[in-house]
Amino acid sequence: MIIRTLLLMLAVALPAQAETITLASTTSVDNSGLLAKILPGFTKATGIEVRVLAQGTGQALATAARGDADLVLVHDPEAEATFLAEGHGINRRQIAWNDFIIVGPAADPAHIAGGKDALAALTAVARTTSPFVSRGDKSGTDALEKRLWKAAKIAPAGQPWYRDIGGGMGAALNAAAAMDAVTLSDRGTWLSFNNKRDLVVLVQGDKALTNRYDVIELNPAKHPDIKAAPAHVLAEWLAGPDGQAAIGAVTVAGQKLFIPSAANPVP
Amino acid sequence: MTAFTPASCAPSNSPNDAVIAETLLPVLGLSLSVSLAATTMAALIGVPLGALLALHEFAGRRALVITVNALLGLPPVVVGLAMYLLLSRSGPLGWLGLLFTPPAMVIAQAVLATPIIAALSHRALEAAWRDYGPALRVLGATRVRALPTLLAMQARPLATALLAGFGRTISEVGAVLIVGGNIAGHTRTMTTTVALETSKGNLDLALAIGLCLIAISLAVSTAAIALGGPKP
Repeated sequence: MIIRTLLLMLAVALPAQAETITLASTTSVDNSGLLAKILPGFTKATGIEVRVLAQGTGQALATAARGDADLVLVHDPEAEATFLAEGHGINRRQIAWNDFIIVGPAADPAHIAGGKDALAALTAVARTTSPFVSRGDKSGTDALEKRLWKAAKIAPAGQPWYRDIGGGMGAALNAAAAMDAVTLSDRGTWLSFNNKRDLVVLVQGDKALTNRYDVIELNPAKHPDIKAAPAHVLAEWLAGPDGQAAIGAVTVAGQKLFIPSAANPVP
Repeated sequence: MTAFTPASCAPSNSPNDAVIAETLLPVLGLSLSVSLAATTMAALIGVPLGALLALHEFAGRRALVITVNALLGLPPVVVGLAMYLLLSRSGPLGWLGLLFTPPAMVIAQAVLATPIIAALSHRALEAAWRDYGPALRVLGATRVRALPTLLAMQARPLATALLAGFGRTISEVGAVLIVGGNIAGHTRTMTTTVALETSKGNLDLALAIGLCLIAISLAVSTAAIALGGPKP
């Protein structure tokens, strides 16, 4: 009884909201400040409040698959395809892209600075046994890293120079900065990250490093309890002219964080 | 980096600090209200449980004492995960719609604090009952009637029990992160903010918030000791 009263008191203490949806997203779009900059405009226009869960892509999709989110915004095409095939999601749309970059210490022990070829860079890291930090958290970035190693025909797991930290992008960058290690990062998190120390961008510009962000609505047939209607409004807004303009306007240190691409999705 | 320095816990006049204070104050408020609510819940269960274990002989009492003490080491992430699975929309209590809300955080933290308060109350009341129980019974007191006297006698160790419970809840990050989701303006607490700012590389800000958290613990502990009696 007392417990119920306490819970009720807490529930009443929360501000009343007309409509609230939960967006399961990746740390890269949240930590970079993108969502904090664009969502107030959406809430103002529609009255829909958005609660952002910033998780890795793997965790975000798992959260949504349990019915605990109303919409997902993620960046791992393969995991997304599985999510759709399992019937959890509908109506996937690309809303923006930027790129992944390979960062590492300015001293560049693997001699990869200035390169464009991601596979050549990873091959050089393995050959020189330069320290490499892996997310190891099934995030979109982690999934791409694993695909790149596979494409380079290298099995780094268990090697002493390969450090699987099991953490988010920020944790991986902090670890790489502390260990003078190479790591794969999305550009948004990198630009807004404030503890770079000796880390610099070493490799960029490879097509294999394209980073696409997709919004996926939940399938109401499979998840009847989710708030499908307001979630659809947000998905439409993100892919529509207002959302796209808002995304394109976000900069960090004079650089664009994301390039809106709903009208012209990058392959 | 920000103008928010470890030296300044309170908001100052610079606009940057004002913005940070505006976002931090609700976070601070949530941390305090969730921890206080969880500690209250844990006390309402833990102190009676401790009294039961201290004053009554019953089958399975020893096993229960061992269990309560073993649960002192309850890992917050495991409690968080268990609560997540219970409260998820796919879980048995999903219909409550509590996942990623402050009440879910209160429940998880109450689960963590209850064994601490129960075990420490048990120890405090057990000692008092052993020393003064016979005298109280000679005076005609039953166990139930002796309890208020024992609680009053042991007010200080009991206050320590409550403080230990509060300390567990205000400092905890694993469980609130899983069941709360660290949603800005909704379930973001001091500890999850420290974790988040660290992950963004804002180490100065993370440290400053951490110091605020320690200052709050110090204030709560000072207040509790001041209320508990004249001498610390």
